[in-house]
Amino acid sequence: MAKMNLKVNHKNYTVDVDPATPLLWVLRDHLHLVGTKFGCAVGACGACTIHLNGNAMKSCQLPVSAAATQEITTIEGLSEHGDHPVQKAWLDIDVAQCGYCQTGQIMAAAALIKQKPNPTDADIDNYMSGNICRCGTYIRIREAIKTAAKNSKK
Amino acid sequence: MENKTSRRSFLKVSSISGGGMLLGFSWLASLKPSEVMGAAGAAPEWIELNGFIKIMADNQIKILSPNPEFGQNVMTSLPMLIAEELEVDWKKIQVEMGDYDTPTFKSQFTGGSNSIRSAWMPLRKAGATAKLMLLQAAAIQWNIPVGELTAVNGTVVHKASNKTITYGQLAEAAAKLPVPTNPVMKKPSELNLVGKSQKNVEGPKVVSGKPLFTMDYQVPGMLIAMAIHPPAFGMQLKSYDASEAKKMPGIKDVFDIEVYKKSYERAGFDTRTFNHLIVVVGNSTWEVINARKKVVAQWEPIVETKEMVNNFGRKREETIPAGLESSDKHMQEMLDLQGKKARVLRKDGDPEAAFAAAKKIVEKTYSAPFLPHNTMEPISCFAHITDEKAFFVAPIQIPDMMKQNIVANLDVPADKIEMKLARMGGGFGRRAYGHYIIEAGLISKKMKAPIKLIYTREDDMTNGVYRPAYIVTYKAALDANNNITAIHVKGGGIPEHAVHENRFPAGAFENYLAEGWELPSNITIGAFRAPRSNFIASAEQSFLDELAQTIGKDPIDFRIELLKKAKTNPVGKNNEYNADRYIGVLEMVKEKSKWAATPKGTNRGVAAYFCHNSYAAHVVDVTMKNGLPQIDNVVSVLDCGIVVNPDAAKNMVEGAVVDGIGNCLFGGLKFDKGVVTQQNLNQYRMIRMREAPKKIDVHFVQNNIDPTGLGEPPFPPIFAALANAMYKATGKRFYHQPFFNDLTKKA
Repeated sequence: MAKMNLKVNHKNYTVDVDPATPLLWVLRDHLHLVGTKFGCAVGACGACTIHLNGNAMKSCQLPVSAAATQEITTIEGLSEHGDHPVQKAWLDIDVAQCGYCQTGQIMAAAALIKQKPNPTDADIDNYMSGNICRCGTYIRIREAIKTAAKNSKK
Repeated sequence: MENKTSRRSFLKVSSISGGGMLLGFSWLASLKPSEVMGAAGAAPEWIELNGFIKIMADNQIKILSPNPEFGQNVMTSLPMLIAEELEVDWKKIQVEMGDYDTPTFKSQFTGGSNSIRSAWMPLRKAGATAKLMLLQAAAIQWNIPVGELTAVNGTVVHKASNKTITYGQLAEAAAKLPVPTNPVMKKPSELNLVGKSQKNVEGPKVVSGKPLFTMDYQVPGMLIAMAIHPPAFGMQLKSYDASEAKKMPGIKDVFDIEVYKKSYERAGFDTRTFNHLIVVVGNSTWEVINARKKVVAQWEPIVETKEMVNNFGRKREETIPAGLESSDKHMQEMLDLQGKKARVLRKDGDPEAAFAAAKKIVEKTYSAPFLPHNTMEPISCFAHITDEKAFFVAPIQIPDMMKQNIVANLDVPADKIEMKLARMGGGFGRRAYGHYIIEAGLISKKMKAPIKLIYTREDDMTNGVYRPAYIVTYKAALDANNNITAIHVKGGGIPEHAVHENRFPAGAFENYLAEGWELPSNITIGAFRAPRSNFIASAEQSFLDELAQTIGKDPIDFRIELLKKAKTNPVGKNNEYNADRYIGVLEMVKEKSKWAATPKGTNRGVAAYFCHNSYAAHVVDVTMKNGLPQIDNVVSVLDCGIVVNPDAAKNMVEGAVVDGIGNCLFGGLKFDKGVVTQQNLNQYRMIRMREAPKKIDVHFVQNNIDPTGLGEPPFPPIFAALANAMYKATGKRFYHQPFFNDLTKKA
């Protein structure tokens, strides 16, 4: 066990956990930020995607010790009122079915648009292929990302 | 007050196609008047008009959604049915998920493409009944005949005198009125909410990461539990040593549980894979994951057992064979059994004579492996069992089916069960089998604490209730003029076959033979988005495509020709499908895909299927890129009767298309001596964004037929539509799933 300082969604936290604990479980079990989802714990599904210093990262693959003192953003902190352009586009297109993977999808999409404000279909397909949606909402995710990219420029 | 209206409720159980169950209920019994909640003068309270509708004096209106939500969007579309008849402004309605309370809701069943279909009349009636009670309350208050009043947007209006009053002002008086039994319901032409797309009521919570799922549920003092099950099917726990695990930080206890008692007679949805589990309980997930590795367990082979299973009133003995099963051996056994005698399921005419006289026989064998559900949310359940109550937060498709199981195996009286029906992170049939509720309950009882049982992805994939492995052979007899004189379909599976003997093309051929066999297994199987239909459709629709090609006919025209024959001159009496509606989706997909004007070089495949009371057809265009099909376009046509929420229905069809393409291209769980060989998503390929179709164009046949199913029907025919398109692109037919294996095989 070790005390560690975390900066999540612009708030400071101190946690006392095994330094090897994946950030995913610290967020969910200790900080009660459950918008970051557990899907596979091997970095294969993307349900646990967060931003580390603005870059998309699978939080199941990141020991909490490696995340300490860095800027962590979870879905709860992507926007104050759930109105980030990506979140708004997700609602406009009504993307979700079960919704479990969608917070990870949204975090990945927000990072993509930040990197590439005008993503092509190929950019979207490549970037988003780390996130699985078992309900099969990929067509809508693609459309929502384009909508969000367009609206981000307004 | 006592309600004078005679209220009868009845439970009608009948079997539906696909081997599932249809529970038909009269929901009238739930429409009882209830007392005003809370004392006068206290904070504003909800007044309950019936189990589904609550109104506040300030005219806030809340609708409870009865059926568990797993992504099919019933939490929006079911309340829409109530709101339609209640005459309220949808934008102002609050929707809330109902808790487990089947006596009130009468039906809380998510599965079998049945939610909208079975709720269509009862929920609209719930809305219409409440509306009539509100109208009657206004009639009494104003002393005006009820016939002169109309309900508009949550108010009652008397046009002649320009009087208006809100539902909120009427609710208290209305709740005391007797329940009318026969409210007038709207005609299809009068529907003004049904048929207009409404957004998912939980969308804002989904996109902002609010706790919605069982996995997200937390209370102070909650412990985390994980189980250890045998490493292979055909094995069981012999002994274990938990001394090291118990010393690990944060660990509260390690013990073993028997999930179902020896004396327990399983019912239809009580499938569980392993009955004897080791359980590790601790403060946090990571601590439990680590401690679990320190448990040293010894396993031993199981012996063959026989269990009585009560399958919806039909008791049958189920044999669970001993042995460590392997996929390679399964395939060999299935091929062997295809050559042996099987049970005749249906026989029309004299197929043997027709085959003996045939000038040519076309015979093709198709197979598919076990499939894991891989819902994005792995299995989980929260339980807190105290002397007062047994409280659960559970992702469960049919909560009422768990009642007798909870009572028997947790020794909890039925009236002490409380269950929150959490939004499910995917279901696809997996969450019909609620053994995890019992597991969580046993752990909470032992720990005397609130616990959340979590399956890791590995647990989820290796302790599954899979789609069975299937095989089928289709055979057609042709005469000298290429007329098809007989059809023979023979199929088997582990542990059930997928032959639907009374579905198309039965009814279209004078001479027809359907046969089936089963091979028992200790690998547990169950529902999977129409498990039998999705396989048999993939085979049948591929075979018909090959047959059409053999006799030189257009694949759509060929199917329509057979269906017309089945319509005008049907063979046999038990044909399950409606040929007109079947023809309807084929004609529409032909038109919408501009089939007749297919550009040269477009690799295009078609397939259609009927299941769960609905009709679906797809046309798929593919281009081969780096050995994989790039799916350029899909045109989908559905006839599911009246569509309640069109955009959500479209989403469901798009999802079924993507899901089907993924499963037939990549899906397949393999076993090696009882061990699941792919245990996580880095070892098991699922469809991803880059493999998804570029475009899916969904159309619904417009009619006034009461809604039929939608969750399952678009799924089965996509497999063959893709296989048939890939044939055009590669010149190769695809008989064995996953197709990816044949795509990558060196010639």
